Amino acid sequence: MRARYGRRVLRRVAGAAATLALTIAALLVVTFALSSLSPIDPAIRLVGDHASAASYQQARRDLGLDRPWPVQFARYVSQVLRGNLGTSSSTGQPVRDDLAKVFPATLELATLAMLISAAVGLAFGLLGAWRPGGLTDGVIRILSLAGNSIPIFWLGLLALYLFYAHLHWTGGPGRLDDAFEYTIDRSTGLVLIDTWRSGVPGAFVNAITHLILPVLVLAANAIGNIARLTRAALLNESAREYVILARAKGAGEARVLFAHILPNASGAAVTVLALSYARLLEGAVLTETVFAWPGLGRYLTTALFAADVPAILGGTLVIGVCFVVLNRCADLLARAVDPRIL
Amino acid sequence: MNRPRRPFTSADLCLGTAVLGVALFAALMAPWLAPFDPIAQDIGQRLSPPTLTHLLGTDGLGRDILSRLIYGTRPTLALVALVMVLSVPIGLTVGIVAGYCGGRIERLLMGVTDVVMAFPTLVLALAFVGVMGPGLINSAFALALTGWPAYARLARTETLQMRRSDYLAAAEMHGIVGPRLLWGHVLPACVPSMQIRLALDLAAIILAAAGLSFLGLGMGPPTPEWGAMIADGSKVIFDQWWVAASPGAAILLLSVAFNLIADGLRAAGDPSRA
Repeated sequence: MRARYGRRVLRRVAGAAATLALTIAALLVVTFALSSLSPIDPAIRLVGDHASAASYQQARRDLGLDRPWPVQFARYVSQVLRGNLGTSSSTGQPVRDDLAKVFPATLELATLAMLISAAVGLAFGLLGAWRPGGLTDGVIRILSLAGNSIPIFWLGLLALYLFYAHLHWTGGPGRLDDAFEYTIDRSTGLVLIDTWRSGVPGAFVNAITHLILPVLVLAANAIGNIARLTRAALLNESAREYVILARAKGAGEARVLFAHILPNASGAAVTVLALSYARLLEGAVLTETVFAWPGLGRYLTTALFAADVPAILGGTLVIGVCFVVLNRCADLLARAVDPRIL
Repeated sequence: MNRPRRPFTSADLCLGTAVLGVALFAALMAPWLAPFDPIAQDIGQRLSPPTLTHLLGTDGLGRDILSRLIYGTRPTLALVALVMVLSVPIGLTVGIVAGYCGGRIERLLMGVTDVVMAFPTLVLALAFVGVMGPGLINSAFALALTGWPAYARLARTETLQMRRSDYLAAAEMHGIVGPRLLWGHVLPACVPSMQIRLALDLAAIILAAAGLSFLGLGMGPPTPEWGAMIADGSKVIFDQWWVAASPGAAILLLSVAFNLIADGLRAAGDPSRA
């Protein structure tokens, strides 16, 4: 019995790994297709507008652009697998190094936003499902509807105006005040850890005042989403017969909710959380632009304006792979938490 | 899946449809409703706070914000309609064919669907528009590219549920087969759940489209677009906050409207879960 269970788990993990590989391969097809369909000719980018026809052809040969596209694709995949994402035409650095530099900032932002939206969203969902149709439920429903529908870049701007420019409660754009910006050693790239380890007085607190707005703004969409779906999952379960049985046997409301309904709804909750994390990484693109946050999203938007194709596609690939991996983790986690899902 | 008998009994649905109706009306009647020309500049009046002549103030080039807001419903609704027209038919076709044919075709189609479903919408749209060039059509293609799998899954589930039904067997016995069966008998069954999904998606698409145009990947100046208007306002946010405030509120309102319609449709289709 146990051996069979082990084999089933193994097969499931292998299946998930295969789907994951397939999805990432498909993502590579999309980025490759975008780079070959792009109206920007990388050979002209390399040699300039006024190059002779001979040097232009030479550049095309060097870049492999004269080969048939399956060969180009194979070349592209092998380059990506070796970690070579090309050279950014705007920074002049390898895209991989650029991305490694900016990724921690995004990771920090999205992870903190995730923690906050998980705590607040789950709490809202529970409160709403406690007395469906009641006053609390109504207020929470309006809040989560607004959180779900608000353009976060707009919310960010208004928050900057109100809390930074008008009330002076929080720090402004960027990760630190200028006074700290150039004195802190950026070894991990995570501003909270770096400022804590630097021991510079006030730096850690300063980092928190700068983090608070972008984190909360980024979390707004996710909070709305998590609250709505948690509430729906809980209410869906509470209509089942085992809940009626538990009540008939005299279990109190709290016991029914926490001991009976919650474990059965946890599969749905876990899926929602993992998917929200993926969406937060994506939402960071807009938030970072508003808050001048030097992360992956801002790198991507800067590259967009410079028509820097390798940087755009490299950034897309990194966010895409994170997104896809989290998506697949959501599937696996939901199955681990809730064995009923096949 | 019983259809709502009186569709406008739910307050959600009424409110959402009303807001959407106002937006549609504004888009159709923009030249008559807008008090000013949305692209006429009046530098003398630039960055004016809300007054009786300019009800929502003016932007950095002295253009009337209310007029731009009214004209801005056009690109927004056009984009939403385009994405809808592009993604729904693809998704439904893939899902119905997969659910009806079964076997290897189903596995192949749903495999592709699952793969595309896991793609990040906004970032891929960003890359697509960034590489292929900004504009309404490209934005719509970019958003439809990752938008269709949801409908495919949904249509497949509905089709599977009725594949072995007497209803379909009766239709087949009358000689209705092939595309006509799928179009006339299977498709209608997918409509109720598709409507809900569509309304939810459109709420998200409005936000994504606004994000694209905020980043400067929309139709470009001087076309009045809500996202681009917020981007203009962000330059003066600390002194003239009203320039960015109203277009954002418009986006929020329209997105809420679609969410309300989705909630209303869901409650109407399934009275047990109001």
